[in-house]
Amino acid sequence: MVQAKKGKKIVIAVIGRDQVGIVAKVATVLAENTVNIEDINQKVFAGDVFAMTMMADISGSALGLAEINAKLDEAVGPMGLKVTIQDAELFQYMHRV
Amino acid sequence: MKFSSEEIYETIGMIADEKLDIRTVTLGLSLWDCSDPDPKKCADKIGRKIRSKAERLRDTALEIETQYGLPIVNTRISLSPLALIVPSKVPEAFVEVAHAIDLAARDVGVNFVGGFSALVHKGETHVDRALIKAIPEVLSTTERLCSSISVASLRTGINMDACYEMGKILLETANLTAEADGLGCAKLVIFANAVEDNPFMAGAFFGPGEPENAILVGVSGPGTVRRALEKLGPGANLGEVAEAIKKTAFKITRAGELVGRQMAKKLGVSFGILDLSLAPTPAEGDSVAQILEVMGLARAGAPGSTAALMMLNDAVKKGGSFASSSVGGLSGAFIPVSEDAAMIRAAEEGAITIEKLEAMSAVCSVGLDMIAVPGDTSAETLAGIIADEMAIGVANNKTTAVRIIPAPGKKAGDRVHFGGLLGEAPVMPVSRVSAEGFIRRGGRIPAPLQGLRN
Repeated sequence: MVQAKKGKKIVIAVIGRDQVGIVAKVATVLAENTVNIEDINQKVFAGDVFAMTMMADISGSALGLAEINAKLDEAVGPMGLKVTIQDAELFQYMHRV
Repeated sequence: MKFSSEEIYETIGMIADEKLDIRTVTLGLSLWDCSDPDPKKCADKIGRKIRSKAERLRDTALEIETQYGLPIVNTRISLSPLALIVPSKVPEAFVEVAHAIDLAARDVGVNFVGGFSALVHKGETHVDRALIKAIPEVLSTTERLCSSISVASLRTGINMDACYEMGKILLETANLTAEADGLGCAKLVIFANAVEDNPFMAGAFFGPGEPENAILVGVSGPGTVRRALEKLGPGANLGEVAEAIKKTAFKITRAGELVGRQMAKKLGVSFGILDLSLAPTPAEGDSVAQILEVMGLARAGAPGSTAALMMLNDAVKKGGSFASSSVGGLSGAFIPVSEDAAMIRAAEEGAITIEKLEAMSAVCSVGLDMIAVPGDTSAETLAGIIADEMAIGVANNKTTAVRIIPAPGKKAGDRVHFGGLLGEAPVMPVSRVSAEGFIRRGGRIPAPLQGLRN
């Protein structure tokens, strides 16, 4: 049996008004805290609505989910963006049988 | 494993816009080891057990809430029915124990404790009688304690003496809490076929068949179901509507199961059940009556409401039972009046009456729930209403309950305000035709034929 790669996965969603540098800012915060981005999906809707979802691994990070959430809020909150972080287990449970 | 952006936004939307929440994480605690003939000692033992076992309940819930981004609205405790724990024939003993529990509950930060309960569906012991006598004082002098009395079941029929007694207890409790519109009665439920693992208040108690302790989770998502039906549009047929409800119920239940299992693990307690009940709140959009309206009924109570509710309830159960093997409790849709904004509106407009609610309770989770009636309603009339609701539960082999508030000094059309989750409601008119001769006969209505199943 192939053992799935161990790690604590989180799902990050960022929504708000589109502007230059959002992805860079989020990625920087994650990198600084040793959170590894594994998947990223980003789109701009209706001209100026920015929406991004990410899957990341926080098992290498010294910080917990709540602390990373606070750091991201601090970084992109002033840009008028809303960040949601959730344990990926929730999506696993809700969307996969 | 990857998730599509649609799946991620769907989940976030369910929580942020559609008010999907874990309505309650209830810690069930067995009190078998707390029994003591000395009420003071008994109260101490129970208080100690609550403090030690539930100490981390609130903090753990907050932790899980942050981890999954899913709000846990209430943390609560349900206890073994106290009539089985406090071996005393004097009501004062029960009052003393109740006060100790109320204090312990405050200390551990839970907002309600269920279990001031007696099971008298076949008959009463001296101890049961003492507990019932203590109800008015307990509900008027404690803040968090909830009471439930089982007066009927499929196997035993209906204890009509207990129905009558509860009619009187309701009036007494209402009068003692008159300055709060009879609020005490909002913490009192009268059951037929009561379940032992229901996590929802005011009817929660931790039955004699339960383990030492367990985490019982009540999930709620009327807003999420409504939104799914809105997306479907008015052109979809009812088969498609049922399918959409089922799929939504599945996802909601899965979220609840995850939270329940994690809570249990972190607290070192066994995971009991998941109760998937669409439980409304007075907040706009968090309404079961609104689901009926999206289905195409102008107001809850319109002809067709019972059929629509049956379909909703059944689809919720089907989706829920596929999602988890630990579905229990009541699992269905609640139809309280004061706790549901669209139901309040329907009652104000006269679109829904007590009689229609009684009919709807034949197909839904609970029954006559959070209904305010005129304060001069007699004990016999209240007992008649209780007996009717019990009959629906007994004959249909399902749980039914009555949570009715005879609001002191109020008449039909007035308003009562309970505040918070309990909401507010118009006082609904009650039939003025007397049931006195029937109720005063007393005795027990025998179990129906369908109770003989062996």
